[in-house]
Amino acid sequence: MAFGRSSRRKRHVEPVTLKILVAGGFGVGKTTLVGAVSEIRPLRTEERLSEAGRPVDDVAGVESKNTTTVAMDFGRITLREDLVLYLFGTPGQDRFWFLWDELAQGALGAVVLADTRRLEDCFAAVDYFERRGIPFTVAVNLFEGAEQFPTETVRAALDLDPEVPVLLCDARDLASVRDVLVAVVEHAMVRADRLREPART
Amino acid sequence: MSADSFRDTASGSPSAPTGAGSSRWYDAEAGPVVRPYAMTRGRTSSATRHRLDLIAIVIPEPAADDPGRDQTLSPEHVEIVELCSDMPQSIAELASGLDLPVGVVRVLVGDLVEDELVHVTRPVPPAELPDESLLREVINGLRAL
Repeated sequence: MAFGRSSRRKRHVEPVTLKILVAGGFGVGKTTLVGAVSEIRPLRTEERLSEAGRPVDDVAGVESKNTTTVAMDFGRITLREDLVLYLFGTPGQDRFWFLWDELAQGALGAVVLADTRRLEDCFAAVDYFERRGIPFTVAVNLFEGAEQFPTETVRAALDLDPEVPVLLCDARDLASVRDVLVAVVEHAMVRADRLREPART
Repeated sequence: MSADSFRDTASGSPSAPTGAGSSRWYDAEAGPVVRPYAMTRGRTSSATRHRLDLIAIVIPEPAADDPGRDQTLSPEHVEIVELCSDMPQSIAELASGLDLPVGVVRVLVGDLVEDELVHVTRPVPPAELPDESLLREVINGLRAL
């Protein structure tokens, strides 16, 4: 049976879509951060890997398992009817980094969420974004009960370039997360400005 | 016969090659009844030239209105058209809404693009920086949250 729904057709605006990545170690609060600002409950999408995962996955003993599911959490912020920002929490496991390449393509920038108790968990993410030239901001998620360090200490520990913004944040708090995202976009804007300027001698 | 004794039988049986684990794969745990790529007839990529970005928005074409088209499409194709007619949405959202892997949704949307039932927006291509005024609008939009 055909569905009678011709009357509800309307002109759809074609929004410009942008994305910001949220990276960091396991359990650092990526999904919480996305949830704090997303207008939708963080959604989860899955990429099923079979062929691609084969060279990396040791499936000896579990030969029946020839696919791996990688989940990505994401949220949406409709800034205007024609401007939509998506946030993607990157898959945490190191061996799924090749998925990041796709996520990172065309990304406006990234947030590296850090926990000072396990700062080394975000080394890989910092390294990745530095290498790709993707503008990123380090946000230190202030966990209750964790010792707090000044941002300069975190910057030194991560050996960040002076231009990389380092902020303290509460991943549960909308205003705090909003500030982090603004810092990412502002940083991206400065970077874009510099790249746009032809190297004058 | 109790459930326990059934399990004992199953794990002890020579016909259960992978041991106790396999005997517990019932219902949802056994995975979908139709394997995801069966919906794409085994295809892992579509004929469209561009790999569809996760944040590419799928927008219905006027032809998607034609009630006659429903007969020629698979239920999953129809579902995508319906979802997008309610509100255009991204590949990532469709995958989440349909509970299908992104790869499968890409193929299905590719089919719909071929059939000219939908078109997709192209997000800012890599290496092409979004312009400053756009970034300013993003900042203003975020501040207004």
